[in-house]
Amino acid sequence: MSETTIGTPSLADPAARRALMAGVTPEPGAAKQDPILKVDKIERRFGGITAVDVEHLEVQRGIITALIGPNGAGKTTFFNLITGFDKPSSAGSGAAWEFDGRSLSKTSASSVAKAGMVRTFQLTKSLNRMTVMDNMMLGAQDQSGENLLKSVFKPLWRGQEKDVEEKAKELLARFKLLEKKDDYAGSLSGGQRKLLEMARALMSDPKMIMLDEPMAGVNPALTQSLLGHIQALRDEGMTVLFVEHDMHVVRHISDWVVVMAEGRVVAEGPADTVMSNQAVIDAYLGAHHDTDLGDDEVLTEGALEQIEAEVRADEAAHEAVDEAKHDQQGDKS
Amino acid sequence: MDTILDILSAVIREAISPGTAAVAIAVIGLNLHFGYTGLLNFGQSGFMLLGAYGFAISLVHDVPLPLAVLVGLGLAFVFALVLGIPTLQLRGDYLAIVTISAAEIIRFVGRLSNLKDLTGGAQGIQGRTYQPAFVDLSFFGDGAWTLAPFNYTDVADGAGWVRALGGLVFAACIVATVLVGRRLKRAADPTRTAPRTGLDGTLGKVAAVVLVLIGLYALFFAMPVTYGRSGVNGWWVRAVAWTLVALSTLVVYLLVRSPWGRLLRGVREDEDAMRSLGRNVFAVKMQSLVIGGLFGALGGMVYVLASTVQPDALGRQITFFSYTALLLGGAATILGPVLGTVLFFSARILIRESARAYVPDSIMSAQQTEQFSFIVVGVALVLLVIFRPQGILGNKRELRFNV
Repeated sequence: MSETTIGTPSLADPAARRALMAGVTPEPGAAKQDPILKVDKIERRFGGITAVDVEHLEVQRGIITALIGPNGAGKTTFFNLITGFDKPSSAGSGAAWEFDGRSLSKTSASSVAKAGMVRTFQLTKSLNRMTVMDNMMLGAQDQSGENLLKSVFKPLWRGQEKDVEEKAKELLARFKLLEKKDDYAGSLSGGQRKLLEMARALMSDPKMIMLDEPMAGVNPALTQSLLGHIQALRDEGMTVLFVEHDMHVVRHISDWVVVMAEGRVVAEGPADTVMSNQAVIDAYLGAHHDTDLGDDEVLTEGALEQIEAEVRADEAAHEAVDEAKHDQQGDKS
Repeated sequence: MDTILDILSAVIREAISPGTAAVAIAVIGLNLHFGYTGLLNFGQSGFMLLGAYGFAISLVHDVPLPLAVLVGLGLAFVFALVLGIPTLQLRGDYLAIVTISAAEIIRFVGRLSNLKDLTGGAQGIQGRTYQPAFVDLSFFGDGAWTLAPFNYTDVADGAGWVRALGGLVFAACIVATVLVGRRLKRAADPTRTAPRTGLDGTLGKVAAVVLVLIGLYALFFAMPVTYGRSGVNGWWVRAVAWTLVALSTLVVYLLVRSPWGRLLRGVREDEDAMRSLGRNVFAVKMQSLVIGGLFGALGGMVYVLASTVQPDALGRQITFFSYTALLLGGAATILGPVLGTVLFFSARILIRESARAYVPDSIMSAQQTEQFSFIVVGVALVLLVIFRPQGILGNKRELRFNV
């Protein structure tokens, strides 16, 4: 059903993408024209710490969306939640998310992948004691030879195996790993494993690929080629959502940026403007980052009191929000 | 000289005994669990015991043989489900804990005196109450038969040098097979740069098979063994047992070369990665647990064909022997389980009989030689894990990566 919108060639043109996103208000939880992923009221608590608390988020189809935020902002936890690797604490009390028109709220990680949303991991998960080729072949979906009863009879799966192998070779060639195809994945370098993981994810022809820090630990030269690959995927019509720390990378390739801090989505917008958003600056640098502590003025009674008052007001506001939430939950239960 | 020959003869008898074949089948199943899927099943003896009980009790109650086999397999199937459903969702260690306790539970339930009518309690079920149904199927006829029929006694009136020659041919074949095998392994290594020669391809494989066959014949030429053709502990049982070993090996080979086998190895390497690729990890692990367990039950049935159903004979130690044999032969290899089991049991008998023959009774009694053999085997296993952790047939390249 989505095939018509996916692969719209016009989105390969930067101007078209800018025009597409121009109508979207740059604010947290903004509605998109054609969202492929919609997330509602997803919350994850670890004891007393709320790691993720996202009210509403939409991801536009066919573009590259970056998810950024300081350490501990809950980006990876958010990834885990929507890909089924973790369950939200708010499950059953309004947590819902749908991908490509299908609800995924109660789906296991493997079914999420089957639905066309494939992820990679921050710590690369290559299958070390298997060859690069075997790693790739595992990416392909719906292999009849994986059925226990059919697996014993080679003629039943030989043909499909050949097709899958051809596809794997093409992808490996694209990611410059073809000459490594018979090596064990464990013998690859860290950067090559990142490439392998990405190539493996692509074996399943996903509609959306979610990359968790694809550039972490990759040398600058390889970063360039990885960026090229990601943009090529977008130009082919795939939706990309990725977590990244490197602002240059984010600014360079992403069409839309979602900023998370302390589990919440604090800002959204095009890459060039979102960086100057006050909430983003506060999230990364702290609200008083431009106050010079060496300045005598700070040391005067008045300034200190003012800061303390600000902090108190801040805390009170937070508590009020928390209480309101507790009350709500109390009503519900 | 005669003592040495007696010892070697005992070793060969152990190597081809139905018990060895039975454990080999169980190890083949364990290889599917541990070697290919990475499941830590410490309860393979439980699967064996259930298979043996299901088989023997059915036969005692006049159930036809094929049905009795199905009952044994069915029990193991249910056992695998019961073990797998709660534990396969958890981390691997839990399966280890649950399987070892479940196997012990099976053993203790079998020993219950309340169940004496069914299981015979701690005494077990006498072989003669269920074995006839199987022995009667024999079409081998009566009388005794010697392997090999043409042996050293037919040449030069069984002179010592003929026998020694047979032994030498055997040793030479082993050495030659190892050399060809190494060559084949090097040829399979993609990083190798040396040019390929004739022995690297199919020709090398054929040569290895021929060498093994000649070596085996030379062995039995020098050390012929004689058993009754049918009977309770004759060639019939051995033939069936080793045929089943061959069939099990073939089935595992067909399974693991397929995309399904790739799933198993993927699950062994990283379950989360497999989930992210849309694979149902639980189902794969369950399939592996069930199939390996069925091999265990089959092994249990073969085990009791030539002995009795005795719960303590199929206790924890069989599980640990199985692991030792598996590591010895090489986990995640096709022929490793069979080779490992044969070598493990032969080596133990070799040590035991040598100690019995050459160590005076004042130092070590006959009973102590039995324990001594286990000690030596244990030390050998420790050395093996340190110096050749991949086993005899394993691939060292795989061990370079810590998972």
